[in-house]
Amino acid sequence: MINIFEVNETNKMIEQENLDVRTITMGISLLDCIDSDLEKVNQKIYNKITTCAKDLVSTGDKIATEYGIPIVNKRISVTPIALVGGAACRTPEDFVTIAKTLDRAAHTVGVNFIGGYSALVSKGMTPAEELLINSIPQALAQTERVCSSVNVGSTRTGINMDAVKLMGEIILKTAEATKEQDSLGCAKLVVFCNAPDDNPFMAGAFHGVTEADTIINVGVSGPGVVKTALEKVRGKDFETLCEMIKRTAFKVTRVGQLVALEASKRLGVKFGIVDLSLAPTPAVGDSVAEILEEIGLERVGAPGTTAALALLNDQVKKGGVMASTAVGGLSGAFIPVSEDQGMIDAVNAGALGIEKLEAMTCVCSVGLDMIAIPGDTKASTISGIIADEAAIGMINQKTTAVRLIPVIGKGVGETVEFGGLLGYAPIMPVNQFSCDAFVQRGGRIPAPIHSFKN
Amino acid sequence: MKKTIITVVGNDTVGIIAKVCTYLADNRVNILDISQTIVQGYFNMMMVADTGASEKDTGTLSEELSALGDEIGVVIRCQHEDIFNKMHRI
Repeated sequence: MINIFEVNETNKMIEQENLDVRTITMGISLLDCIDSDLEKVNQKIYNKITTCAKDLVSTGDKIATEYGIPIVNKRISVTPIALVGGAACRTPEDFVTIAKTLDRAAHTVGVNFIGGYSALVSKGMTPAEELLINSIPQALAQTERVCSSVNVGSTRTGINMDAVKLMGEIILKTAEATKEQDSLGCAKLVVFCNAPDDNPFMAGAFHGVTEADTIINVGVSGPGVVKTALEKVRGKDFETLCEMIKRTAFKVTRVGQLVALEASKRLGVKFGIVDLSLAPTPAVGDSVAEILEEIGLERVGAPGTTAALALLNDQVKKGGVMASTAVGGLSGAFIPVSEDQGMIDAVNAGALGIEKLEAMTCVCSVGLDMIAIPGDTKASTISGIIADEAAIGMINQKTTAVRLIPVIGKGVGETVEFGGLLGYAPIMPVNQFSCDAFVQRGGRIPAPIHSFKN
Repeated sequence: MKKTIITVVGNDTVGIIAKVCTYLADNRVNILDISQTIVQGYFNMMMVADTGASEKDTGTLSEELSALGDEIGVVIRCQHEDIFNKMHRI
């Protein structure tokens, strides 16, 4: 039988170390809502979401109370809207009506984000996908809870550089369209390479076409738990360190698995995956950067950062995989700047720049995440950054992403405040040399060779 | 049988166990095991209880026990045992 010390350990993790289940995300297929009549599409989407997810929030809350574990977010991901709206939408404005429907449905069922205002264009763009992408700035400006993502490359298809060029412009337009709120729209827009179909985390969640009709995916968290556990092995060798991370990740993930199965049973929806990501929040003691510092770095960004992150990421997976029946999504350590107090401190101290963050994304999920840059950054420069990040994903057969926020009207040295889980961020300098000619070429970077690995 | 773990943490005072046990008896919750220790000067008790016969669900019991804890000046938690089993047992 369970003993008092084990009970105390679990409750200490929950109360003092910010252990929580970050999100229960219900994936809902909207493929059966396709219609050539826009009004009907909107009606069907609203009906399907509000029917499938009507009990999502209350069920999540009940599970949280019964087990005494906070479930921070309840969310929904849907089939990429470019596919769902393709037959009905003739203009970007038509797509915006669907975004508004998603927003309305999200309000009705009480979820705080709905993801899937997306297009998968890793090889080429259909006219509908191009319309959707062009509608993103307006869609994000006119809705509150809708999240958007665009997949511009994959290991199997290469990188669609036309889409990369377009996304540089779209990010700037989104920033402009939401400049009254410090360009908040860009915090809800992710550009992916190798986007996973079953990611439960926003803003990049969508319900892939390979998935079942409805599915429950769960994202766990717990940077604070790992950080506290590592305090006990300060100064010990790497084997001891890695063992401790694995054991902690196992415990954290078991809670996620329990909540996922329980939610799946109560909602009558199949269990999909547990996403093992260590997801930080701006709260003190809930930081991935602090774990890296506990491993032995003065500040994140110091030499050794990439190696420390690589081992952390790998041990979290090793511990987590055994704790769950099915693992998926992004599964790695997140390194968003604005959502992690330790990252913000490192940037302010001059220890961490975009180039080091880019190196870190080679060994962890997800990518250049929640980084505020000057509002006068050129579209082609943003496209260049996206291309670099997509290339890392393409060559290394991993997911990478870019979520940059060019803050209109602000420059390096200033700070931008997003509030809540999105946190605040110092505006970081971007390399000023031009990549115009590179981005202007257009076309596609071919898929890489899968042999001769080096 | 629906096993629930009830924990009580706080400053030691007269009648903590009595008050908690009275509440549990009133709500037809059967206590299977009690262990108690002092951690860093704090009263620390864990009960394994069967809430299967209670008319109230775990959520309600949890909220009411928490309110009772506020009255006595301790923190009382009531959680389904599976969260501990899953975390500490393979």
